Amino acid sequence: MSDLASPLPGVAVSGIAEVRELGLRGMITIKGDLALPLVNSTATGVSGVDFPDRGQANYVGERGLCWMAPDEIMVLTPYAEAAGDTAHIAHVLRDTHSLVANVSDARCLFEVSGASAREVLSKLTPADMHPDRFRPGAFRRTRLAQVPAAVWMRDDQTIEVFAFRSAARYVSDLLANAARPGTAVGYY
Amino acid sequence: MLILHCPYCGVDADETELAPGGEAHLKRFGPGSSDAEFEAYLFQRENPKGVHFERWRHANGCGKWFHAARCTTTNEVFGTYSAQVTEPPRDIHDKITGKRPGWLSRWLS
Amino acid sequence: MSARLPKGGRFLNRSQPIEFSFNGKQLQGFEGDTLASALMANGQQLVGRSFKYHRPRGVVASGAEEPNALVNLGTGRRLEPNQRATTTELFEGLEATSQNHWPSLEFDVGAINARLSRFLPAGFYYKMFMWPRAFWKHVYEPFIRQSAGLGKAPNARDADTYEHFNITVDVLVIGGGIAGLEAARVAGSSGAQVLLIEQTAQWGGRANVDATLIDGADEEHWIEATVDALEDMDNVRLRTRVMGAGVYDHGYVLAYERLCDHDPQDGLPRHRLWKIRARQIVTATGAIERPLSFAGNDLPGVLLASAQRDYLINYGVSAGDRTVIVTNNDDAYRTALMLHNLGLEVKAVIDARAEANGPLPVAAREAGIRVETGKAIAKVKGVARVEGVAICAQVGEGAVLDEIACDVVAMSGGWSPVVHLWSHCGGKLVWDDAQAHFRPDPGKAPIGADGHAFVHTTGAASGLLKSDEILQNAHDAGADAAKAAGHKPKRGKAPTAASPDEAPIEPVWMMPQGAGHELRSKMWLDFQNDVKVSDVQLAAQEGFESVEHTKRYTTLGMATDQGKLSNINGLAILSKSLGADIPAVGTTTFRPPYTPISMGAIAGEARGKLFQPLRRTPMHDWHEANGAHWEPVGHWRRPYAFPRGSETVEQAVQREVKNTREAVGLLDASTLGKILVKGPDAGAFLDLLYTNMVSTLPLGRCRYGLMCSENGFLIDDGVIVRLSEDSWLCHTTTGGADRIHGHMEEWLQTEWWDMQVHTANLTEQYAQIAVVGPDARNVLEALGGDIDLDAETLPFMHWTEGRIGDFDARVFRISFSGELSYEVAVPASQGLAFWNALLKAGEVFGVMPYGTEALHIMRAEKGFIMIGDETDGTVIPQDLGLHWAISKKKADFLSKRAQERDHMTDPDRWQLVGLETVDGSVLPDGAYALAEGRNENGQRNTQGRVTSTYHSPTLGRGIAMGLVLHGPERMGEVLKFTNIGGAPIEARIVSPVFYDPEGKKQNV
Repeated sequence: MSDLASPLPGVAVSGIAEVRELGLRGMITIKGDLALPLVNSTATGVSGVDFPDRGQANYVGERGLCWMAPDEIMVLTPYAEAAGDTAHIAHVLRDTHSLVANVSDARCLFEVSGASAREVLSKLTPADMHPDRFRPGAFRRTRLAQVPAAVWMRDDQTIEVFAFRSAARYVSDLLANAARPGTAVGYY
Repeated sequence: MLILHCPYCGVDADETELAPGGEAHLKRFGPGSSDAEFEAYLFQRENPKGVHFERWRHANGCGKWFHAARCTTTNEVFGTYSAQVTEPPRDIHDKITGKRPGWLSRWLS
Repeated sequence: MSARLPKGGRFLNRSQPIEFSFNGKQLQGFEGDTLASALMANGQQLVGRSFKYHRPRGVVASGAEEPNALVNLGTGRRLEPNQRATTTELFEGLEATSQNHWPSLEFDVGAINARLSRFLPAGFYYKMFMWPRAFWKHVYEPFIRQSAGLGKAPNARDADTYEHFNITVDVLVIGGGIAGLEAARVAGSSGAQVLLIEQTAQWGGRANVDATLIDGADEEHWIEATVDALEDMDNVRLRTRVMGAGVYDHGYVLAYERLCDHDPQDGLPRHRLWKIRARQIVTATGAIERPLSFAGNDLPGVLLASAQRDYLINYGVSAGDRTVIVTNNDDAYRTALMLHNLGLEVKAVIDARAEANGPLPVAAREAGIRVETGKAIAKVKGVARVEGVAICAQVGEGAVLDEIACDVVAMSGGWSPVVHLWSHCGGKLVWDDAQAHFRPDPGKAPIGADGHAFVHTTGAASGLLKSDEILQNAHDAGADAAKAAGHKPKRGKAPTAASPDEAPIEPVWMMPQGAGHELRSKMWLDFQNDVKVSDVQLAAQEGFESVEHTKRYTTLGMATDQGKLSNINGLAILSKSLGADIPAVGTTTFRPPYTPISMGAIAGEARGKLFQPLRRTPMHDWHEANGAHWEPVGHWRRPYAFPRGSETVEQAVQREVKNTREAVGLLDASTLGKILVKGPDAGAFLDLLYTNMVSTLPLGRCRYGLMCSENGFLIDDGVIVRLSEDSWLCHTTTGGADRIHGHMEEWLQTEWWDMQVHTANLTEQYAQIAVVGPDARNVLEALGGDIDLDAETLPFMHWTEGRIGDFDARVFRISFSGELSYEVAVPASQGLAFWNALLKAGEVFGVMPYGTEALHIMRAEKGFIMIGDETDGTVIPQDLGLHWAISKKKADFLSKRAQERDHMTDPDRWQLVGLETVDGSVLPDGAYALAEGRNENGQRNTQGRVTSTYHSPTLGRGIAMGLVLHGPERMGEVLKFTNIGGAPIEARIVSPVFYDPEGKKQNV
């Protein structure tokens, strides 16, 4: 493997929340019948976490599972292991109608953290970020201003934002702008 | 702005997360169909003042198409349901009949 | 003259003076002032000029309904026109200038229009500018442009920033008067999430002005305690300076927060647009007092009676020393009593009603105030300001009975509930005869997704004008809203209030009721747009029966205040002129926003670099650092060319083509769509989507495919790759990636859901680089790796995967240029390194990157079509000579049926050909081929058009592609093409394949 470049290495700003690029992470899409025991056990086996409920994500360390759609689950894994894990999953599911794809390079990933993290996101997404309804573990695909994105409440003050790689600069600028010092709304 | 419940991911989605897809439950006419059938399939659309069945895609979301039964005058939504059906489910049909007695249903048997 | 009183002013902090300027004059106000109150405190009653007649204008109201006191606020990058002085909070250094006058506010040449007013009646513009047509350009248009608009448009970039904020709440309460506070309190008691917003900086609304005892104590005590209680509730949020701007379907609300208007500063958002999804909405937006229509009611010094109270109590400002009050109701007597108690002189109360014996009039008489019942103002005396009034009988025609010297006329025509938000989303109104106003019809509320009402009004917005009723109603409204939102409110006892009984209002739409034309043409309805009673009557006479038409014809209610003061009076005049009832005539449509909001707030963060997303490939930064001249393609930026040194862009393009044809070039092709389609039925599915056969494509092979819509037209093309037994990789155009993926999912999910197929859009997973030219293989081989790239192992239209150098690569031998070409996909995070490695390895071969224009020229030299150039949504593959890509074997595919229609098989459809100019020049893009004769519109007939046109460096001449009537049968024929501003250009019909027609160069 040659020199790897994440979309925006090292970008970090600090304002009403901390915003930083998280570098490369392994992400594997599995499309198939999620109710099939083999699909379920393969996903949980690779990630080491329980299968998430609708609208949820589970993780332990760098591994996890994110619920994407009724027929799609995303496996999180260390970047270096993504290709191997993809091959492994595809092999296990070779006789099951499914699609397994390594999408680790197709995404950019940011972390927004701090007491006002929810407010930073609420400036950009129509998704309801209220703490009573978007609790830790919640994972939602939505839009951020003008691009599709997913937001994941890792813990009460940490949100991960997934978007497409080509939009990395746009999303980074959006988040940095929404997190500018002094712009807290004081709502949540 | 319409806010519709996506039956697939369970989210109440803003219209800005959705993409409209026009009338639902069209029957496709392909090779072998008459000119009249094909024209009707491609171009002739219901435009009711009242109950309408329509297609939406949760485009900025789970990506799934779903159907909505909506009143075009009040925007009341009688329900959203799977896109993988050729006619409105019984419960939605009954709900509309309860709320809009005498509505003209294509599926009344 | 208006002036500051020695004492008083609830909002004022008299220990904090504030310097500001008006028309360059330095003035002083206090913290807590509005610009309007501060101007009045400084004796500045003349604040602007009206739109049409440039009439002098003074402050008439005290809030959002103000039509007159509009100013240019700020300077340079913070200049903003048409700002209402009544809602502009004073701050240190505020700079305001008045509008719509020249050369000065006091002396305005445009005021000549007023003298010409009888020549400028309703519909003047429509009548005057009809003819002669030739006058438009040099006479009418310059005149209209000169007179258009009130304020000065800023010409510098806005210095401020703006943002949006999205929330979901159970109950949204709009309006922070006693009704809104009580509704929020009760709703909050249920545990529901409640947001209470108030457009001004203060809580309590009008209750503070019209002292009311609530629960036996001063209203201020109750307001303070309630605000405290609300602030203590975890589930309730309160915000001042947030205006409910619009209510939309399904409980979506826009609210406009003004964060820095009262305290401008850099860096913070000036406005925040709240995008609220509310399950239930309570509008407690109050009511607006109506003016009365009497001659001269537009002079500075005439103002609303309630506004005069506001200025006295809230700002310690008197509008003048001697006031005449004119009314048709009891409420105005509050102003009389307040003035009297403050030691200001009330010259008389002119009451149009035959008698006035309610508690308030009685108290006024007891205080020694002169009350004249059954009387009206015949005319306000004065030129630039009020100097007195002439009194007459209301029932008469205006014969003057008496004259009273005064400097203020306080008018009260009754109260109109603020029904805007209720009406925005379909709430209907009902005419209340007793109170002479439209109020919400609770039985016809806006309907939400669940089929139930989602907006409730309360307080004065419901037409309730007595505090006791207001509080009880608000209590219930708060409880009902919480309940409808799924919560259990703690219904208790509503607070009680004591207010005096009021005798009924008597509708008075014109003063005196028998006024002749002379008087009626001096009675203003719309103060800003100069619409008078006589204008509306004229419109009615001319046949404008619909209130919407009358509005547009007369411009009534079309000013920046949208008729908050004028609409009801105007439509009452209209209905009377038409001999119809007011409810039969109806109101004009209430549209958001309630008051104007800034364009910046609407844009939010979407300005400058965030105006729209800019998509970048993994090599984007390299392109930028190496002088790429960009071409926008969708949201992507693709290098158009890479000019070097002093080269022009055109020269760079020509060099890039030549270098690629003669040596080797690199193209960043990462933007092309890459969609993985997999499953047992994937082949059958793709056979339905593409016009040609896909399922038969052997493993290891690539095939060019076409996609058409069900309607028959070409929508995309690209190379399909057979990856494995059950998986295909479909390349799309750059613009087609998301669209075609969506197209596939649509058919899979909504029509062929029984097919076992999954798709994934992998476009961004890979960086894709085309290595193109005679030395392409040499460059890749120089990098090493484990892939055999020779012609036998990897022939044209085959693919393989492995390692090239250090990189994980998938290699497709496909060519869009006609040269030996490999398109290599590597994971996106390896893209930049791979690009650099290719440049380094290619150095000895003279490698150069090339851009999209070189790509376009090379494909045109080969006669390859480009989606979006040769196609425009009306073109079918058969038009482009692509019959070979339309399967005859397949029983069905999208477009098959459509292409059987008469119109699609018409031999007269224009067909693709190559075009070569006779003189070697380049045809203009989009030029039409001229035919004989003219059509029924007198336009030249045409027989074809240019779809792509370039200068070919390979051939040293202009080449083009185009669609021409019977084109392929007319080889060698010379046609004339349109050339704007010059003589038609002659071009010869030739084969569209200009270069290497045998395809020898790509197949080596």
